[in-house]
Amino acid sequence: MSMFSIFSVSGSALSAQSQRLNVVASNLANVDAVAGPDGETYKARQVVFQTAPMGEEGSAGVKVVGIKEDNTPGRKVYSPEHPLADEQGYVSHSNVNAVDEMVDMISASRSYQNNVEVMNTAKTLLLKTLQLGQ
Amino acid sequence: MLNKITGNLDFQTDALVLRAERQRIISSNIANADTPGYVARDFDFAKTLEAATQGPNALQEQMRTLSATDAKHIPVPTASFGQDKDKRLGYSLSAQPALDNNTVDMDRERANFVDNAVRYEATLRFVNGSSRTLLSAITGQ
Repeated sequence: MSMFSIFSVSGSALSAQSQRLNVVASNLANVDAVAGPDGETYKARQVVFQTAPMGEEGSAGVKVVGIKEDNTPGRKVYSPEHPLADEQGYVSHSNVNAVDEMVDMISASRSYQNNVEVMNTAKTLLLKTLQLGQ
Repeated sequence: MLNKITGNLDFQTDALVLRAERQRIISSNIANADTPGYVARDFDFAKTLEAATQGPNALQEQMRTLSATDAKHIPVPTASFGQDKDKRLGYSLSAQPALDNNTVDMDRERANFVDNAVRYEATLRFVNGSSRTLLSAITGQ
């Protein structure tokens, strides 16, 4: 029964989107993080999606193949009184762009909702098919 | 004799199977809406159903003739109806090009999905109606 594979396809998309949402959450949580004693700032992360074939032709799920770190330099703020300021008086912040992350969050949550709806519709159709001939 | 009774249902059954296939393919498109480089897929329902109703091997024959460009070519072996999906699947073009080369148009896919779901349910009702008609015909009153 080919319609059953909808659940694995949409399920894989749900887990991929929730992982994306997780990464967005950790990026947003660290938006104001400053460099620690080692001088390393938090780097914005992003998930990489890839199509995952699922059994039959045309059934394509999603998988997360990796999490990439953004290597652009972070913001430097001049505040010499800060305990973590360097010799020139600059504090290194993370390179997270809050606006980008918010957009990513909305996109992930919409995609998640879409897939939930797909699953619900498939479930309704399959239940109606079960009642065939009654 | 029995063939004549069930022949009525065959068309609806083919349509139901194809609707389920299409539902599956559209849901794959929706699942991959954010995958870079994914190309949306779909098939022409009317043409496929027409090919499927021309006989048990009609679709297979059509595929054979399509794959060969010369009469002397050895036809590519094709599976029977219901297993030969990728030969029938087309690639849909994007209405608006995206930077990541993803061609899923969410508006179109959502519309297709709902449309297909309603038509699937309609086909279910047709099958139900046909079987109920048959049942009431063979029930002795």
